[in-house]
Amino acid sequence: MSQKFEEKPGEGTVKLRVRRGVGSDPATDRFDEFVVPMEKGMVVLNAIHYIQAHLDPSLSARWNCKAGRCGSCSAEINGRPRLMCKTPVESIEGDVVVEPMKAFPRLKDIVTDVDANWKVAAMIPPFTPKPGAGEIFRFYQQDVDRSREFRRCIECFLCQDVCHVVREHEADYVGPRWVVKAASLDMHPMDGLNRSKFMKDKGGLGYCNITKCCQEICPEHIVITDDAIIPEKERVVDREYDPLVWVYRHLRGSKEAEAQSFRATGGAP
Amino acid sequence: MWSSKSERVEVKVDEKSFEEKVCDVLVIGGGGAGLRAAIEAHDKKANTLVVCKSLLGKAHTVMAEGGIAAALGNVDPEDGWQVHFSDTIVEGQYLSNWRMAEIFAKEAIERVYELERYGALFDRTPEGKISQRPFGAHTYRRLCHIGDRTGLELIRTLEDQVIARGIPFMDEVMVTSIIKDGGGGRAAAALGIDIRTGMLILFRFKAVILATGGCGKVYEVTSNSYESTGDGVSMAYRAGAELMDMEMIQFHPTGMIYPAGVRGMLVTEAVRGEGGILTNAKGERFMTKYDPKRMELSARDVVARAIYSEIVAGRGTKNGAVYLDISHRGADYIKKKLPSMYDQFLEFAGVDITKERMEVAPTVHYQMGGVRVDPETGETSVRGIYAAGEVASGLHGGNRLGGNSLSDILVFGRRAGGAAADVAAGMDVPEFDRKELESEVGRVLSPFSSAGNANPFYLKEAIAKNMWKHVGIMRNEADLTAGLKELEAISTEARKSKAVGARAYNQSWLDTLQVWDMILVSEAIIRSALERKESRGAHTRSDFPEKSEEWLMNIITVQKGEKMTHELRPVPKLPPELAALIKE
Repeated sequence: MSQKFEEKPGEGTVKLRVRRGVGSDPATDRFDEFVVPMEKGMVVLNAIHYIQAHLDPSLSARWNCKAGRCGSCSAEINGRPRLMCKTPVESIEGDVVVEPMKAFPRLKDIVTDVDANWKVAAMIPPFTPKPGAGEIFRFYQQDVDRSREFRRCIECFLCQDVCHVVREHEADYVGPRWVVKAASLDMHPMDGLNRSKFMKDKGGLGYCNITKCCQEICPEHIVITDDAIIPEKERVVDREYDPLVWVYRHLRGSKEAEAQSFRATGGAP
Repeated sequence: MWSSKSERVEVKVDEKSFEEKVCDVLVIGGGGAGLRAAIEAHDKKANTLVVCKSLLGKAHTVMAEGGIAAALGNVDPEDGWQVHFSDTIVEGQYLSNWRMAEIFAKEAIERVYELERYGALFDRTPEGKISQRPFGAHTYRRLCHIGDRTGLELIRTLEDQVIARGIPFMDEVMVTSIIKDGGGGRAAAALGIDIRTGMLILFRFKAVILATGGCGKVYEVTSNSYESTGDGVSMAYRAGAELMDMEMIQFHPTGMIYPAGVRGMLVTEAVRGEGGILTNAKGERFMTKYDPKRMELSARDVVARAIYSEIVAGRGTKNGAVYLDISHRGADYIKKKLPSMYDQFLEFAGVDITKERMEVAPTVHYQMGGVRVDPETGETSVRGIYAAGEVASGLHGGNRLGGNSLSDILVFGRRAGGAAADVAAGMDVPEFDRKELESEVGRVLSPFSSAGNANPFYLKEAIAKNMWKHVGIMRNEADLTAGLKELEAISTEARKSKAVGARAYNQSWLDTLQVWDMILVSEAIIRSALERKESRGAHTRSDFPEKSEEWLMNIITVQKGEKMTHELRPVPKLPPELAALIKE
């Protein structure tokens, strides 16, 4: 066993400052302080559970797997969007400050309403096997590997939280999570759609100015900007702005039309 | 696109009022079984509604790692459904329902290809087919996989399908009870809580599908999520349904042990599938003693008992574990085939598994028992209630094979969804029993007016510690009886459990209701374990160490009056043509 945690102090206490409040009501908005005993290897979620069990059962928090797999316990810890279950208390200097994600409306305390994501998800043209794909697909591991990274996404929505475009609510941009989704479908070896026109017109991809904040905080280490957003932007440029492609497509009829008409006809496979 | 206001929070909640929702088919649970059921019911034109306790896509299915078992024969062409069927029956220690195992082994193949057509990206063979890896007690290489994140890919793929079809869902809704029709024969409605607002919701339906998963949280050391508190088993039992083989709780051989905060977290069987080696503190490869033929890839019950025995005999590490080593496969291979395990150990324990050994010990993983269902349709013994996935029993018998749960949820989720939709097509929404609803509303809201002051968080802990101590891998009558006695004391205390604060997102309220379910499920487990006086599969009795022919029985648990009663029912005999397929 590595000594990583054993070297750190196992005793003592840690102070948490937790942001409380109900909905958007400013009258209820406040910080509460709690002192929690330190344990070796403890993560912020352990401390939150300690508060609920021993200090204040009315504290609301969302969690599920406690193993970094489900993406439920997203919060802003000392100002940085992180999963509470994957943030060791020992990694934080001074008091631990826990706040809700600010890009989303608060439900209660550190729990936010992430429903808007499902409406956005429903806009993205879904996986559609290309014609002639057959019942049993044949493709190769290299084809899988291109899209594999994007499928690590646990939908914690921390990238949406950190994205200043989403956060300031001023633009109709789907946000990093949903660009990753589109990229994962576009790079699926058997997918027959092209989502460039959608990403340009409805997805608001142009609003992203590549500040790369999302890829810095992704707990799954998906290189969101470099591997998903930039290739999707390039795709839009190639397909939507290249004059030769434009002329060719105009004469021949376009594959993008399929992607657009897909939602219109409500066509699920 | 993005709003700063929530639609669901700023709702004023009246004391006892509730919202009413009407549908043809209500699916309770948003894991693989629930979503696959919903897709099928929707495709069969039933007006379908999915409700789930966590956010959509967070259900315990995401935790499944190693793969989905189906006899595609892509890597080992000798494989076929017949061998998969035999493996399932034999390793289930002959407690499985043969018809369920037959349907399962046959249909799992098509369900995997279907999942691929839905967009899942499986790892490939060099010929471009779906790759399959070896797993414990599967005769052939059979587990189709997506690295070690098969469950995540499965649930995300089904989630995409649900969203693309526009199937309505309500997440963060906890269903507490099923309400019958006036005659008491058929399920007619379900009562639930919108967790975000605390508002009660009455769901009226023609058929309901329980896809609520398992009950691992009744144990202290478990790989299970917060959600797995056995609510589905509890509400089915309270509605009068028969439970079966509740004593059969799977201990996964390898869970993390250190640091304390992650104790019980799963270490996928794929580590052993990819060549991982188990050793004790003395460096002995101890599986040579327990199963020299299959070694680390023996059945889960065998490996879990072996690890347990080594630790009890004093050959464990100082943390009370044994070692699991995969470092000989090299860093590149490990990072590619077991990326989550690599991250998990590095991030939570500071261990680099490409260089160091892991410390592992058994962790509660799965309930083989559950609500008894009809093999063809998934209908329970109460008309109108269907069950699929971990909440249902019958397929896995005394021990579930790794990878069989993911194919289980697709095969039987689809069947339950189809059967529920068929039934719904020929009927009207039944009337529900208003008296029963009234008494349920009273029960659900009672924690707020509790005269007592018991803390549900402590109660949860007390239940889990009691089960771990008295109803673990190695059982005997004295321990089980002591466990039952302690559970009764906890139960008395739990009646005084108190919910604190307003109703919206109120953990102490939800936990109180879950504590009641956990007590009921624990009682069913203990009583069934007392009943089965032999050692079979995951159920080991030190006072009855032998397996006995006489015990080829399913143990049925059913409520009679207020009393929990048991009945022994012989396991249905295999027809000759299927018996001929069995190879031990």
